[in-house]
Amino acid sequence: MIRRQAIVVLALVGLLVATYLWLYKIGVLGELQCGTGSCEYVQTSPYADVFGVPVAFFGVLGYLTLFVVGLVGLQPRFVADRRVAVSLAVLATFGFVFTLYLTAIELFVLHAICRWCVGSAVIMTAIWGLTLMGLARTPSAAAPPR
Amino acid sequence: MNRFYLLLVAVALIVGGVLWFGSRGQPAPASTAPIPIAAADGFHGFTLGSDSAKVEVTEYSDFECPFCASFATVQMPVIRQQLIATGKVRWRYRDFPLPVHQYSRYAALAAQCAGEQRKFWEMHDQLFSNHQWAQTGKNPASLFRDFARTIGLDIDKYDACVDGQRYAGRIQASVQEGEALGVRGTPSFFVGGQLFQGRATSDDFKALVDSLSKTRK
Repeated sequence: MIRRQAIVVLALVGLLVATYLWLYKIGVLGELQCGTGSCEYVQTSPYADVFGVPVAFFGVLGYLTLFVVGLVGLQPRFVADRRVAVSLAVLATFGFVFTLYLTAIELFVLHAICRWCVGSAVIMTAIWGLTLMGLARTPSAAAPPR
Repeated sequence: MNRFYLLLVAVALIVGGVLWFGSRGQPAPASTAPIPIAAADGFHGFTLGSDSAKVEVTEYSDFECPFCASFATVQMPVIRQQLIATGKVRWRYRDFPLPVHQYSRYAALAAQCAGEQRKFWEMHDQLFSNHQWAQTGKNPASLFRDFARTIGLDIDKYDACVDGQRYAGRIQASVQEGEALGVRGTPSFFVGGQLFQGRATSDDFKALVDSLSKTRK
């Protein structure tokens, strides 16, 4: 239960960060609060869009899905349901792999780091780890009979 | 459990509030400067290639941007050889200096001033081929004058043009046109008026241009 609550809280924070980056990308926010780092440089690079869609929007969708599935998984009837644990692990694995790709682009192609992107990467990695732990500790026997 | 939902609301309010209020009070880039559109003189960019080419590619670029430099030095020579020199494509260069780059607008000005002496593409090549200036953070004015000398510009005319910011209006107009077309990053390309969303490689341009040329026969 605690693990799943942590996933929901982390997904909520990730959702807010991704929404912030997406609002900047579509011009609603004029400037990013970056401090040290190269947020605008990363956000204005060609790699900040995939098929014409801002990468941050994929983040919004990903975190929102994790948040909703995590909330569903907190309901008493789904707490021990292995399908929820599997869904969360699959979603988080997609997110983690995408995060690895984006971080590699920052480090090896752009040679620049956006601290919001690093924050999102840390959040997604933590969610991924928690979902794997949850998957390992949710007994298969708890799955409903087929 | 109820305490958990209260925690969620608190997290949403605190984190959302910090992000939202932290970003307010900062001017949007578009509103920081007056718009000297009248100074744009109807100029629509320097071109390479035949006027009768079936396809026109418009590139929005920033001289300080590393991807633009990579494109100009790796892909563009092949594109010039295979698409422009063969008469298939007319290439149009538009300025889109990003606000995050300290000297990109100055570099665009230097190139425009070289263009005034019919040497835009020579300066374009100098700026992109010797791109170390974009990494040092040092004022490149003296280096750009060296480039100007190297390509044979009349240096007095070049100085007068750059110091007087003669083509600042053109550059701003180009940025505005790019923004209106949906340009967000650099380099961005429009092929036959449509935003090009493929990989910025000579192979992908060649494939698209060949397919467009066939449909326009």
